[in-house]
Amino acid sequence: MELNSSPKKQASYASLRNINPRKLRSYKEFLLILPFLILVALFSYFPLFGWIYAFHDYKPPFPITNDTWVGLKWFITIFDNPVRLKNVIRVLRNTFIMSGISLLFSWFPMVFAVFLNEIRCKPFRKFVQTVTTLPNFISWVLVYAIAFSLFSTNGAVNSVLQQIGATTEAIPFLTQTDGIWFKMWLWLTWKNAGWAAIMYLAAISGIDEQMIEAAKVDGATRMQIIWHITIPSLLPTYFVIVMLNLANFLSNGMEQYYVFQNAFTQDYVEVLDLYVYNMSMSGTGMYPLATVVSILKSLVSVVLLFVTNTASKLIRGEGFI
Amino acid sequence: MQNTTPNEIKPEMTFKKSRIKTSAGDKIISVITYFIYALFAFVCVYPFYYVIINSFSANNLSERGKVLLYPMQIHFKNYVSVFTLPGILDAAKVSVYRTVIGTVLTVIVAAFLGFMFTRNTLWRRKLWYRFVTVTMYINAGIIPWFLTMKLLGLTNNFWGYIFPMIIQPFYIVLCKTYCESVPQALQEAAEIDGAGTLRVFFSVMLPVIKPIMATIAVFAAVNQWNSFQDTLLLMSDEKMYTLQFRLYQYLTSASSLKALVSNSTSSTAMMASLASAATATSIRMTVTVVVVFPIMCVYPFFQKYFTKGIMIGAVKG
Repeated sequence: MELNSSPKKQASYASLRNINPRKLRSYKEFLLILPFLILVALFSYFPLFGWIYAFHDYKPPFPITNDTWVGLKWFITIFDNPVRLKNVIRVLRNTFIMSGISLLFSWFPMVFAVFLNEIRCKPFRKFVQTVTTLPNFISWVLVYAIAFSLFSTNGAVNSVLQQIGATTEAIPFLTQTDGIWFKMWLWLTWKNAGWAAIMYLAAISGIDEQMIEAAKVDGATRMQIIWHITIPSLLPTYFVIVMLNLANFLSNGMEQYYVFQNAFTQDYVEVLDLYVYNMSMSGTGMYPLATVVSILKSLVSVVLLFVTNTASKLIRGEGFI
Repeated sequence: MQNTTPNEIKPEMTFKKSRIKTSAGDKIISVITYFIYALFAFVCVYPFYYVIINSFSANNLSERGKVLLYPMQIHFKNYVSVFTLPGILDAAKVSVYRTVIGTVLTVIVAAFLGFMFTRNTLWRRKLWYRFVTVTMYINAGIIPWFLTMKLLGLTNNFWGYIFPMIIQPFYIVLCKTYCESVPQALQEAAEIDGAGTLRVFFSVMLPVIKPIMATIAVFAAVNQWNSFQDTLLLMSDEKMYTLQFRLYQYLTSASSLKALVSNSTSSTAMMASLASAATATSIRMTVTVVVVFPIMCVYPFFQKYFTKGIMIGAVKG
């Protein structure tokens, strides 16, 4: 394909009627992917124009016009209105705490993988790996359905607790706010940890066998091998995961919190993504304000992405984008 | 990238065979490790097991959380009453259709674009590749997205489930990486024989990149089946509800479920014993089983594809 060394030269030789066949082919190929590029433009780029709603006094179904232009009014009202400001601060608190807990325990899948790899019985190891990965493939609605059947007041857990006499009153696990953030993290981990561990297992299989043999000859115990060989070999992978976590600090996604929220817990589980949804879709119809919040979120996220990517480049020598 | 073709990735290879000597400390660690991982496995398996055995146990027992270890007074009336719930068959149809149509389109498009982005002849190849992959990091937010969908007439429209999901940059990246690992000579030979671009794709590349397409198909299918948020945002017409959405409704709106239960059983309740009369709990658990069942069936067979997917993804990083 690279035989025609200089297409430019060829083109200059060709008369105007006679287009270079190589060029013709490259345009034809472009036409083949054009429909899909249009789809991308339509569903990923076009919505960006919707950001102008943040600068208008938009009341659906009336279209926006020049008259509805309000400039930065909505940006200012976030900080002007004390009730709204309080809400935003509450939502930010929830977001920061949820992301913070995830970040704090982000080593869990790595440790999970390291010790799983220490299990000598292969069928058992495969079994554990298979079943702990399964929850990753069910939706949050299903996770909630399962949580509901186990932890509701007449679910399995309460039934067992009452049978062994640990409690006489049923405990409303899903509606009480004690440790709600930690519980949310537990569900997240239940769903994701096994899956996240697979990547570390792959990294472990890439460790040079000779290193471990050498350590064994020198009389290293298994814990010493883990501590001095396995864990250090996994740190680069772990570092990327931490950076990605940081880049997504404001994006917890709304699905988990949407399905788990109820009248009692809403104040504690409403994260930024959910706040935007609740604000815009549940009747009040504050489209512009919700758009303002998502714009600010996007901007901060982009900055975080670049900062973490640069940090990664500085420390590791390569970015992750 | 070339040296990491998916075939070489074997996560099972992590087991290191060598037993020089094990100290007492090592043994204690072994025992603790086995115990802890058994516990992890239990925590992941038992919830599924619990819901499944309850879906065909006596309803008056399951309602009070008494069916814990094995099914009691087995009966399958719950499945009958679930499939007579109004709207559930429509929801099942929507879920199945979107999973099948959505997956087929997503996979073919990902394969095609992945292939096209490896073609040096493509006009402005790098630019368009960036154009597509940058969207992984672009998110306009749900309201602009919703308004766009509304403008395109994709709200309350089945195709609203399909079109926005067709182009998945991540899958395209996976396909491109895979196509790059296929020897160029294969395509060149076909081209010398006079095959056009499409011919090269369908006759030469498609058979070769089947493994990556299988991986993507499994991911795309699970995504489509599990998708919940798009129904929430786009669909207000009950005919467009998916199984996931119905399940969510049954979980959250106890009152409407009760009405359904009394409706669907009023004729038979007189004769039915307490054990088989539908309750809110029995309906919930049974629908949960119905929704989770396809995934549990598919999962063990395709686990290697899932694993492969995350490996290639991790390599791309």
